[in-house]
Amino acid sequence: MLRRLHGLPGIALALVLAVTALTGVVLSVQPALDRAAVPAIPAAASVADVAAQVAARHPGVSAIRLRADGSLTAAFDEGGTRGVERIDPATGAGLGPYAVSDTIRFITNLHRAFLLGDAGRVGAAIGALAMLGLSLSGLLLLARRLGGMSALLRPIRGTPAQRWHGELGRLAAVGLLLSSLTGLWMSAGTFGLLPETVATTPAVTASGGAPAPVGTLTGLNTVKLRDLRELTFPDPADPTDVFTLVAADGERLVDAATGATLAMTPATTLERMNDLVRTLHTGRGAWVLGLFLGLASAMVPVLGGTGLVLWLRRRAARPRITANVPARAADTVILVGSEGNSTWGFAGTLHKALVAAGHKVHTAAMNDVSAAHLAAPRVLVLAATYGEGAAPQSARLFLSRLAKLPGQPAVAVLGFGDRSFPHFCRFARDVADALDARGCPQLLPMKRVDRRSPQEFAQWGHDLGDVLGHDLTLTHVAEPPKTTRLVLVGRELYGEAVGAPVAILRFTAPVDPRTGAPGPLPAFEAGDLVGIVPPGQGRPGDAMPRFYSLASSTRDDVLEICVRLREGGLCSTFLHGLRPGEGIDAFIRENPTFRPAKGRGPLILIGAGAGIGPLAGFVRANAAGRPVHLYWGGRSAASDFLYEHELAQHLAERRLTTLRTAFSRDADESAYVQDRIAADAPRLRELVKQGAQILVCGGRDMAEAVTRALEPVVRPLGLDLPTLKSSGRYVEDVY
Amino acid sequence: MKFVLPAVAATATLLSPVLAEARQVTFETTLKPYGGNGAYVVLYVTDAAGAYKGTLWMAGGKAKYYRHLSDWQRASGGRPTEIDGITGASIGSGKTLKITLDLADAMIDAGYQVHVDTAVEDGMDNPSEVVAPLASAASGKPVAGKGYVKSFTVTF
Repeated sequence: MLRRLHGLPGIALALVLAVTALTGVVLSVQPALDRAAVPAIPAAASVADVAAQVAARHPGVSAIRLRADGSLTAAFDEGGTRGVERIDPATGAGLGPYAVSDTIRFITNLHRAFLLGDAGRVGAAIGALAMLGLSLSGLLLLARRLGGMSALLRPIRGTPAQRWHGELGRLAAVGLLLSSLTGLWMSAGTFGLLPETVATTPAVTASGGAPAPVGTLTGLNTVKLRDLRELTFPDPADPTDVFTLVAADGERLVDAATGATLAMTPATTLERMNDLVRTLHTGRGAWVLGLFLGLASAMVPVLGGTGLVLWLRRRAARPRITANVPARAADTVILVGSEGNSTWGFAGTLHKALVAAGHKVHTAAMNDVSAAHLAAPRVLVLAATYGEGAAPQSARLFLSRLAKLPGQPAVAVLGFGDRSFPHFCRFARDVADALDARGCPQLLPMKRVDRRSPQEFAQWGHDLGDVLGHDLTLTHVAEPPKTTRLVLVGRELYGEAVGAPVAILRFTAPVDPRTGAPGPLPAFEAGDLVGIVPPGQGRPGDAMPRFYSLASSTRDDVLEICVRLREGGLCSTFLHGLRPGEGIDAFIRENPTFRPAKGRGPLILIGAGAGIGPLAGFVRANAAGRPVHLYWGGRSAASDFLYEHELAQHLAERRLTTLRTAFSRDADESAYVQDRIAADAPRLRELVKQGAQILVCGGRDMAEAVTRALEPVVRPLGLDLPTLKSSGRYVEDVY
Repeated sequence: MKFVLPAVAATATLLSPVLAEARQVTFETTLKPYGGNGAYVVLYVTDAAGAYKGTLWMAGGKAKYYRHLSDWQRASGGRPTEIDGITGASIGSGKTLKITLDLADAMIDAGYQVHVDTAVEDGMDNPSEVVAPLASAASGKPVAGKGYVKSFTVTF
């Protein structure tokens, strides 16, 4: 919900906000330029001093103003010559006519009112209100993502668009909050929504005597020039007229003959507040603040752009749910926890079938759970599981949010997973237990769907229909992922002699007949996943893609994977049998968490067997030469030393700092990668102490052994792997 | 920018309630191309003794800027009732304000004068930059102002 409140207005107003922000950036530089251009005001100078100096040159002076931009000006009218002149505050000498440049005036009007007068001002005020809402909701979303307000400054992980949006957003938030709040205040003032100070000029009687020299008037001498706003001279034709002196502390009426202050109206709190707000908004008289606000504003277009990318991606990623009634009006709420998007597809099928059966249904991501969802009579949870029983992407916050919400709807939990993994539907189990613990009645006991089986899903639908008292037929046809055709161009086979064949396969896009060169590859980074659908699995919807970690990035102009041949493995057999020139259907899935952190900190890469793929890709991309230490385990140096020559070259070219290998079948020094880690404990500890990030890729057994070997490495530092994991310094890609 | 007003019931002291004793008067104020933001312009009438009689038109909507129309502010006291119902938008650089009113016959050729005060943001305040007699002899003859007014014409 919050995300929608942040996203939709953000997209809708992006252009308007960009205009306001960019004009704001231009204006923000002005105070700093003015500071350089406008002469300083001597601390001791009084209003009377400068008034006397100006009056000596211009007998027809009518007003002296100290303007917001810091310039001191005098308006005068001497028969033929009239005008506004800039004044040197130290000497009272003229510095030429005062004029605001047309450009600045144009930009100011664009900033305040889009050049549209009062209607534009309303628009600008709405923009300021939206900016306020976007800044607040953005901070809340980021805090939620990073794990609470106290975690707001933690490193942000994710796709480049997510990182840029988050990093720039939190950097700009303070400035944008200040700009929008003060902007709203000023708009309120313009439209008379703040109580107006009624300008009641007190009735005073001037002495009517012959005017004394301006410089001698006590009432003007007691006010410092730097506090001046405006001094209005009396009308020479009217002997009863007086000096009006507006200063920071209020308005004085000063007798032209005696110099006595006839009346003093102190500035109201509101007027002082208005002054403060104006300074905070414009940075006039506070040039550092001005530049800071300008910097924050400069990020608005970037935030708009990255926000649009994120919004479009989320829209494209999620299947469209039609007839989604608001949560409050729904009799059945479907909550979805999905890592890719396949669970959304099942939710869509369920949603449609329930609507057809006459229900009012609301479908939402598990992360968005709110009191309104739990107030519905019936909640159906469809949850996938990520990695080792962890919550999938769209459900990461579910359990912690659930704990804080009221409501005991009747529930049914359906888990999606793969029976061959040790933690089959573990997250769905956790959710079912949590709902049970809070006393939610069960519509159905928790059920598990293995490998997206449409039959098991349909069976569950049938059971649910029995409970609901009507037929419920769930015919699920998985949306096939949009695949790209790729062609095998290179193949190296290792490990046959030791009974563990691993192939390094290189693909490019098919040759474009017009250019004679391969077409463009989709965008990916080393560590991302490529999903490959093995051919010949009946209907295309039934085909389960297999995922392989990428060893190359788009920049390498080749898509490279390491594939271990598994006995009876449908996809690995298919890939190992592939001949150069033959093709596959593949799609990319981003894996932004498994990636080297930005910066120049050391990296510790640990892998075994085909797990070297993405690690080799990280080394290859390390042109900057940051310290990278690779630990890798194979079976036999003679048979399955993957990337042997390439790694030697990386060592020579400093892309790789050290390489430690372990071979389990080599008679003289049989060892596993975890043995190397244990032996190198002091060195690794030192690297972790320097802030090293650890990336692990390989089989589950290896990953567990590595975890056991690393615990004693980091424990003396007062660290443990869960802590390193939560801060992104220990990441793994395990299969 | 043109404002053509029919016989509006503005300031009661100025406008004739009975049309037979009234004459239609047009006030046309053209500003110089001074190139700044819209000007605040006020038209008001004083009698033969120089005493304020009433306001004809206020161009400019934000009361907080009225202090820059200093002669009008001083003469009228700046009370909102003085300009109730006869306020319009500020006048852009080089633009014309044209208002037509029914004035009582008794006010013409009786020493009454029309004053024009103008003010522009970041520019000049011009109190009484035009002072023109309400005299039939002056009908249709443009007068130039000291400040932003290029020409001011009263036509009976």
